[in-house]
Amino acid sequence: MITTTLGDRDETTLDKREGTVDNDNELTTWVEYRLPGSEEIIHRSVHVRLKRNVTAAPAVGGF
Amino acid sequence: MANSQAMCTSFKVELLNGHHAFGTSVVRGATTPDTFKAALYLVSATTGAGNTVYTATGEVSGTGYTAGGVDLTGAADWIAPSSTGTTAFSTPTNSFVYTTVTLSTAFDAVMIYNSAQGNKAVSVHTFGSQTVTAGTFTLTMPTNDATTGLIRLA
Repeated sequence: MITTTLGDRDETTLDKREGTVDNDNELTTWVEYRLPGSEEIIHRSVHVRLKRNVTAAPAVGGF
Repeated sequence: MANSQAMCTSFKVELLNGHHAFGTSVVRGATTPDTFKAALYLVSATTGAGNTVYTATGEVSGTGYTAGGVDLTGAADWIAPSSTGTTAFSTPTNSFVYTTVTLSTAFDAVMIYNSAQGNKAVSVHTFGSQTVTAGTFTLTMPTNDATTGLIRLA
């Protein structure tokens, strides 16, 4: 069963679309469900795997 | 072997563990790690290095999402800071999971902040613009090492 804006629906009755974005910053996958013949998204989940961090580069002063 | 000017690697790790205070510090009731939260921000928001504390300005809103975001989870919210070479690093222990939410306005950033210390901001991380509809948004952390750890003092 898939949670949707219309309540729980059997996955087999829905139009499923998936996608992936893979770049230097992230690996993202998403899944969307629509009613057959409709473009209205009734479920969309996203999984983002971060690749890039934040870095502080400390410096020490000289005399 | 000559002397070498450097910031000591142990000091970098100790900064992440709160062992040094060059200025006015805070009173801690225990030696346990602080607790942290993660809030999501709209594409139209301007969060970044200038933020000092968590802000609700520009934060996402929608069904199932609580202002302030989610608690970081784990025995400790962060993997114990360590170092490799001269780089200190740490990464949240677990993924951030926003379960059964509808976030219709596009968002592309998460702010991690210290909910045990006045909501002081730690970092902001960006990703591709997203929306979520009656679904789950999961933000998984990179590998915790000197190259990809989420927070690094190089």
